Amino acid sequence: MVVSNNIKEGDILLELRDIYMYFGKVCALADINLQIRKGEIHSVIGPNGAGKTVMMNIINGLYHPQKGNIYYKGQKVNKLRPYQRAKLGLARTFQKVEVFGGMTVLDNIRLGRHIHLNSGIFSGSAYIGKTAREEIEHRTFIEEEIIDLLEIEHIRHKSVGMLPYGLQKRVELGRALALEPELLILDEPLAGLNLEEVEDLARFILDINEDERWKVTCLLVEHDMGVVMDLSDHVLAINFGNVIVDGTPEEVQNNPEVIKAYLGDEDLYATRA
Amino acid sequence: MELFLMALTNGIMVGGIYALVAIGWVLIYKCSGVLNLAMGEMTLIGAYLSLTFYSMGVPFFLALLISISIGFVLGILTERIFLDKLIGEPVLAVIMLTVGLSFFFRGSIELIWGTDTRVFDPPIFSLEPIKLGPASISEVYLWSFIAAIILLIIFVCFFKYTRWGLAMQATADDEMAALSIGISARFVYAIAWAIAFVAAGVGGTLLGNINGLNISVGYLGLLVLPAVVLGGLNSIPGAIVGGIAIGLLQNFTGVYLDRFFPGAVKEIAPFVFMAVFLLFKPYGIWGWERIERV
Repeated sequence: MVVSNNIKEGDILLELRDIYMYFGKVCALADINLQIRKGEIHSVIGPNGAGKTVMMNIINGLYHPQKGNIYYKGQKVNKLRPYQRAKLGLARTFQKVEVFGGMTVLDNIRLGRHIHLNSGIFSGSAYIGKTAREEIEHRTFIEEEIIDLLEIEHIRHKSVGMLPYGLQKRVELGRALALEPELLILDEPLAGLNLEEVEDLARFILDINEDERWKVTCLLVEHDMGVVMDLSDHVLAINFGNVIVDGTPEEVQNNPEVIKAYLGDEDLYATRA
Repeated sequence: MELFLMALTNGIMVGGIYALVAIGWVLIYKCSGVLNLAMGEMTLIGAYLSLTFYSMGVPFFLALLISISIGFVLGILTERIFLDKLIGEPVLAVIMLTVGLSFFFRGSIELIWGTDTRVFDPPIFSLEPIKLGPASISEVYLWSFIAAIILLIIFVCFFKYTRWGLAMQATADDEMAALSIGISARFVYAIAWAIAFVAAGVGGTLLGNINGLNISVGYLGLLVLPAVVLGGLNSIPGAIVGGIAIGLLQNFTGVYLDRFFPGAVKEIAPFVFMAVFLLFKPYGIWGWERIERV
């Protein structure tokens, strides 16, 4: 797989072009166009059922759209399966946390290194030579950088299934980071968290995006408007599978259609009363 | 006392073989949630392959090795041809498919190797019993046990210390998340079936050495089900403990209860025990307990 790596900040990293996605006769996404530039935080907002998660699943490769193309670093990736896209540098977290509940925090994050381990299935069975060397390098990365960044030092040997929801979300984020992705899809990372946890996680997202060490481009799906408007460089608003507006946070905030979609049509209520 | 020791040693030894077959079972369940009901036939195929090569004059160890390699390939083929299409379908559909597979395998075995009992000839293990302190056991039991233990150690290490072992657990735990971090679920399933085929084949070969080989050895594969359930369907240590427990149970009931219930009390005791045990520990000894956090 040849992908050019010389993408500069501000160049288009991921592009969706004229995406249509149907489930039976239900049109989940219609004519979606999106350009995500390297280094940005690009958010997607919309009411429940607008098609945000479908869009994430399309980018990630879990769904394949009936029409339209997906380009990653200029390369068409329509046909690639999720695990192949992960190898290209695309990581994600899920709306409903998807962690490996039976394993420890460390194992969860370590699994995120899977694509960076090169030892084969047989040499990988013996802890010698290449495998041992690889292990040590990755361990330093995981322990010193990811666990440190996300402040989960104290729970590293705990089984993830037993942790509270907020920490599970952090572990999931840590696992995605372990891939050292270029594009990170965050599907409602703040849903279900308390105020303090929201602040922590928002800080982590900013760190991941801005810190010289990471510089990860983020695609953020979120309902918390305060956080979205604070963090994002661009915001895409969709409703019923259609794009309402794609622009800077200010443009989106002042768009009457967005206000209508989110707050409801007041006239409608007036007529009912 | 001597009877007790004999039942004890024999139970442990046969239990080792059960544990080996149980591992194959656990492996497939662990990474795909499928209860593979064709396991008994898989033990048969491996056993017949070893026997065929052995009777062609190939040294036993080499014959076993060839049978292992063929089993590995057959495992991958089985997964690719029959199961790959069912990834993402309900688990029940896949289980039904394994029932179909078991009939298919059984038919093919009868077609190729016939239904007569066949033995490894000349015998590989001497018939002279070995004295282990006060107890004496036959050589074949001892070697089977040793082979089973070595393989068990290899499997446990594979699962615990290699990234592919970890990847398998991850796929079992959450397929979608595993895909998102770059693990190919198809590859993991194929490897699991291959290893299961290998484990079953070695177990079958050892069992075939004890009493000869015919289609009913396949039912021994099914006997392993209580062992697996007992240990908790997804636990490798559980499979080992379960296997040995079933071996012991079989031998003790055979020795002590046969007088009162003549016939096949030996065969049903494991199942009765499994039923009662599950009443008290529905997840087995080390199975995952699904804890709901609210």
